[in-house]
Amino acid sequence: MKGFYSLLYKEVVRFWKVGFQTVLSPLLSTMLYLLIFSHVLGNHVEAFPGVPYVSFLIPGLAMMALLQNAFANSSSSLIQSKITGNIIFLLLSPVSYPEIFLAYVLASTIRGVLVGCGIFLITLWAVDIPLRFPLWALVFALLGSFILGATGIVAGIWAEKFDQLASFQNFIIVPLTFLSGVFYSIHSLPPFWQEVSHLNPFFYLIDGFRYGFFGVSDISPYFSLLVVSICLAAVSLFTLGLLKSGYKLRN
Amino acid sequence: MNPAIAIRQASKQFGSLKAVDCVDLEIAQGEFFALLGPNGAGKTTLINLLSGLSRPDSGRLAIMGFDVSTEYRKARRSVGVVPQELVFDPFFTVREVLEVQSGYFGISGNAAWIDEILARLDLSSKADANMRALSGGMKRRVLVAQALVHKPPVIILDEPTAGVDVELRQALWEFVKSLNASGHTIVLTTHYLEEAEALCNRIAMLKAGKIVALDTTDNLLKSCKLRHVKLQISPDRLPDALLPSLIDRESGYHLLKLDEFSDLESMLEILRESGARITDMVLPHPDLEAVFVEIMRTR
Repeated sequence: MKGFYSLLYKEVVRFWKVGFQTVLSPLLSTMLYLLIFSHVLGNHVEAFPGVPYVSFLIPGLAMMALLQNAFANSSSSLIQSKITGNIIFLLLSPVSYPEIFLAYVLASTIRGVLVGCGIFLITLWAVDIPLRFPLWALVFALLGSFILGATGIVAGIWAEKFDQLASFQNFIIVPLTFLSGVFYSIHSLPPFWQEVSHLNPFFYLIDGFRYGFFGVSDISPYFSLLVVSICLAAVSLFTLGLLKSGYKLRN
Repeated sequence: MNPAIAIRQASKQFGSLKAVDCVDLEIAQGEFFALLGPNGAGKTTLINLLSGLSRPDSGRLAIMGFDVSTEYRKARRSVGVVPQELVFDPFFTVREVLEVQSGYFGISGNAAWIDEILARLDLSSKADANMRALSGGMKRRVLVAQALVHKPPVIILDEPTAGVDVELRQALWEFVKSLNASGHTIVLTTHYLEEAEALCNRIAMLKAGKIVALDTTDNLLKSCKLRHVKLQISPDRLPDALLPSLIDRESGYHLLKLDEFSDLESMLEILRESGARITDMVLPHPDLEAVFVEIMRTR
């Protein structure tokens, strides 16, 4: 396990050394979202009965930042290592592929949760947000980070250039997070788009996470947990298979 | 005793290119071994197969008796590889890089050995410098240090002196020789054939993915049929009959090719008949470069 700890340590130190870019920058951009959306829509929208829009928005934004940063951590680290060639130091070592998987996913989780907690803490002084079921919120935060950390590994392995990775992020990750109910409750959508939203796994992550704060959700948190767990298992198995095969790494 | 490296019928193909073609090779523990060949001969691919950076299409490879596929953890702990490319991690200092690398190999508390490697490679003053701040030569030394952090019994150096200044080259070879003297098996690829000749006790030559020569350095040198003779004559005019054998002319000497040693007799006869007097004659021993050129031309 020493190899796993070393890789985890290296991955955490790597993003921490560029903390302005990896932690502070997403905090700032999320705060800007919050400022603008709450100012523009705060008095017009009531997503959940009795919940002010700005309170509704904060868990969604925190989860969105958490997911995007978890993805960015593993994907950017891997593609940088591949392009600069220093990935070979890991590939030459006896660290096993499940250890590589776990280390990258956990480092992504640490960054994602750090950014998510940062947003929550910064907004605490200004906005009253209940935290009714903290365990639910924690479980969905962790599961979301795991899924996106693992997806980041897939993207980092698949992409051969930075623009391919940017495409993965801009055409898949960002639309899925934006259209997952971060800014609205899906009950405010027409029935067709409500059905479409149910196909988006990020919707279950954000809805379940929000349940932890308000005790209210668009669908049952147990069902969200089931969907998210299935997604995690599928992404993990796929990523482990990719690492085991050595696809684009050991050739 | 297990061989340091055992390769049985290893093949690796990229598209239609057979990079490694049914290679059989065994390197004993403690050897200083050279893997030579022109660019694209398959040297780096063979090293990649041994180190796990690439997987063979067929065949078996083992390091210190450990199969590189089924016992990859033990195999990788037994080998340190200095890669050909000058790669580095721009986020970390030299010491951090070596500590992380130690951790990958399951070693904690490696500070004493890291300090020793840094001192031996003249890197102590750069221990806390970021990798980006190092010169090319310094980065090359760090690559060597990274390959040694886990004290592997087998060390593979893939063109470690490419683009390296004379001072570092000499220091590096002194260090590697001392590692070999203390029992480490060294496998080296280089285009500097004089280095391989001076350092290695056995040599394999690769061409188009196949081993075309494998012997001790001495035997390879003895096997060379390509001989030369350097003649200084008076008057300094070569008879016409010897002009087809002339290779070069320098510093008053004529360098002539000998297909067989017996050719020398007829050469001297021609010179005698032409009235030329031999003022000096040298029979240079063939060097590894001559052997290499001949093997690559004929096999």
